[in-house]
Amino acid sequence: MKLLQGTVLSNTWVSPRYKHMSIHAPEIVEECKAGQFFHLKCSDSFSPLLRRPMSIYKIVKKEGEIHFLYLIKGEGTKCLANMHQGDQLNMFGPLGNGFTLQTEWHSLLIVARGVGLATMAPLIDMATKQGIATYAILSARTKGDILSADYMKECGAEVVSLTDEDRDSDVEHVRKMVENVIDSKSIDALFTCGSKRLTNMLKGISLQRKIPGQVAMEENMGCGSGMCFCCVKPFNRGGEIVNLRVCSEGPVFQLEEVMEL
Amino acid sequence: MKVSIGGVSMKNPVMPASGTFAEETAQIFDLSVLGALVTKSVTKYPRMGNRGPRIAETIAGMINAVGIQSKGSQVIRETSIPFYQQFNSPLIVSISADTADEFVDLAQELSVPGVAALEINISCPNLEDDGRSYAMDPTQTYRVVDYIRKSTQLPLYAKLTPNTNAITEVAVAAEAAGADAVVVANTMLSMVIDVETRKPKVGNIMGGLSGPCTKPVILRMVYQVYKKVGIPIIGCGGICSAEDAIEYMIAGASAVQVGTYNFVNPIGMVDIIQGMKEYAVRHRISSLSDLVGSVCVDEQTRIDKAAAY
Ligand SMILES: Cc1cc2nc3c(=O)[nH]c(=O)nc-3n(C[C@H](O)[C@H](O)[C@H](O)COP(=O)(O)OP(=O)(O)OC[C@H]3O[C@@H](n4cnc5c(N)ncnc54)[C@H](O)[C@@H]3O)c2cc1C
Ligand SMILES: Cc1cc2nc3c(=O)[nH]c(=O)nc-3n(C[C@H](O)[C@H](O)[C@H](O)COP(=O)(O)O)c2cc1C
Ligand code: FES
Repeated sequence: MKLLQGTVLSNTWVSPRYKHMSIHAPEIVEECKAGQFFHLKCSDSFSPLLRRPMSIYKIVKKEGEIHFLYLIKGEGTKCLANMHQGDQLNMFGPLGNGFTLQTEWHSLLIVARGVGLATMAPLIDMATKQGIATYAILSARTKGDILSADYMKECGAEVVSLTDEDRDSDVEHVRKMVENVIDSKSIDALFTCGSKRLTNMLKGISLQRKIPGQVAMEENMGCGSGMCFCCVKPFNRGGEIVNLRVCSEGPVFQLEEVMEL
Repeated sequence: MKVSIGGVSMKNPVMPASGTFAEETAQIFDLSVLGALVTKSVTKYPRMGNRGPRIAETIAGMINAVGIQSKGSQVIRETSIPFYQQFNSPLIVSISADTADEFVDLAQELSVPGVAALEINISCPNLEDDGRSYAMDPTQTYRVVDYIRKSTQLPLYAKLTPNTNAITEVAVAAEAAGADAVVVANTMLSMVIDVETRKPKVGNIMGGLSGPCTKPVILRMVYQVYKKVGIPIIGCGGICSAEDAIEYMIAGASAVQVGTYNFVNPIGMVDIIQGMKEYAVRHRISSLSDLVGSVCVDEQTRIDKAAAY
């Protein structure tokens, strides 16, 4: 982890609610891994005061670039949205533990919703580079919010998109699709981010079918680096309930350990 | 830049506030630059802490309800205390307990080589006084500090709460009971509600307010306490810059602790120390201690009158 100033290369609207930001930060790209995040200082003033956690959406090692894909939600992300090319972004990271891939895995199923889509894109890139096939079921409110589908396809995933506006994103329907993909593609591991209901559903399948899974979790954060215990959630680790820090012991956890979302 | 707080000499007056600093900070900068190191409050036995969410942002501040998640004193003795030995800054261990007896046990267990002083967190709710904190009341403060004082040779820093209408009396009681310094202060009891869901924004319903929005209130308390006690005061509340730290010293603090700002700027304490050095040069001050309590107040508006507000 480093504290650094990145230079904004671009910050563009990609849908009515989301922006895509690319940052030049060559000193840090080599350290970055899918599933990790940066703690971003969105403004120089005391409002908002705290940093905002943001997953790495894309790592372009050759060009020294880190990308973020973010939903404009409240004050912090509004400030991010107001940044322009050439501005300096105060970044702290990369933080947390990323996704891990086992060498014996051949195919992965990824289920993501909403802002979780951003977190999953670099996982697909990482898997493809290791010769692992990826199948992604993406869910969002509107077609416009399924932003990373093209990038995920480019990275090598087979992608299905579901939306609330098309009324095909309900959990039961997703469950059936997940079971179909598991059966037809002999999936070795499940990955998810962005939805409590989908995570619960996937945890059930993971336990029932004994397929390992990983989930990237979110929680409000103070320090982002393991010091303050503000981001703690309970997990079931080997039958014992333990309070773990999402920022430093996560944000990626084993699906079977998840209790409260 | 040197200061001495209750017998502990520090290379500068800047240290982290308990709970906002940990071993992880060593990955960001060399901890030897700090005046002292302060641990998160340690309890005797492991504690889980409160349910989430544990943090909510407010205007220029934040509310936390972590609830002291602790690994217990044994783990601290075996891991944290040895870890901090590699740095050339005195270690202050913060202790927290539900009863006076437990405080005494902890003070004894943690009076070990490598620990320069104990900070006693008497500002959290306890079990002996109906969930109130010792530092809300001068009599309770005297009782618990006196009891701990008799159990250890180490310097004791009593950490006071702003959630009392008797901060000066509490500070005087701590001094009378043998505290070597007072930390003014812990967080302010507070609350935020999400108007969409009508639910409190922290799992514990209420929590402690910290950050720059609290600074004028805590600064006032430091000023009031300085008038009444002879032991050093460590100012703590909303410090985000060298100017803030200097302001606390002018109000009467001999040293300062930085909390929430560590989250905003992970190298914030390093910047503050540097800024204080520059201030000293700019104002031709040979020792920062000369600043302590140097606020210019004319006789007409002295403390007793101002207190009428
Ligand atoms: C590890 C991690 C990775 C993330 N990655 C992305 C991403 O790639 N793209 C994206 O759009 N969003 C992501 N988020 C969510 C993002 O951090 C929040 O949307 C953002 O903090 C909202 O800030 P705000 O000021 O705009 O909103 P507000 O709602 O006004 O924020 C108020 C407070 O709540 C906190 N907060 C609100 N929502 C969340 C949340 N979901 N998680 C944690 N804290 C929150 C804020 O940090 C702030 O302190 C991620 C969250 C985490 C924990
Ligand atoms: C997340 C968090 C955890 C804290 N934990 C403790 C603690 O364990 N013991 C303690 O005495 N104070 C604790 N505090 C209070 C701080 O030490 C400090 O008194 C307070 O935050 C005010 O300073 P600030 O405005 O600079 O943050 C905590 C504060 C925060 C924000
Ligand atoms: S945010 Fe501080 S420990 Fe996770």
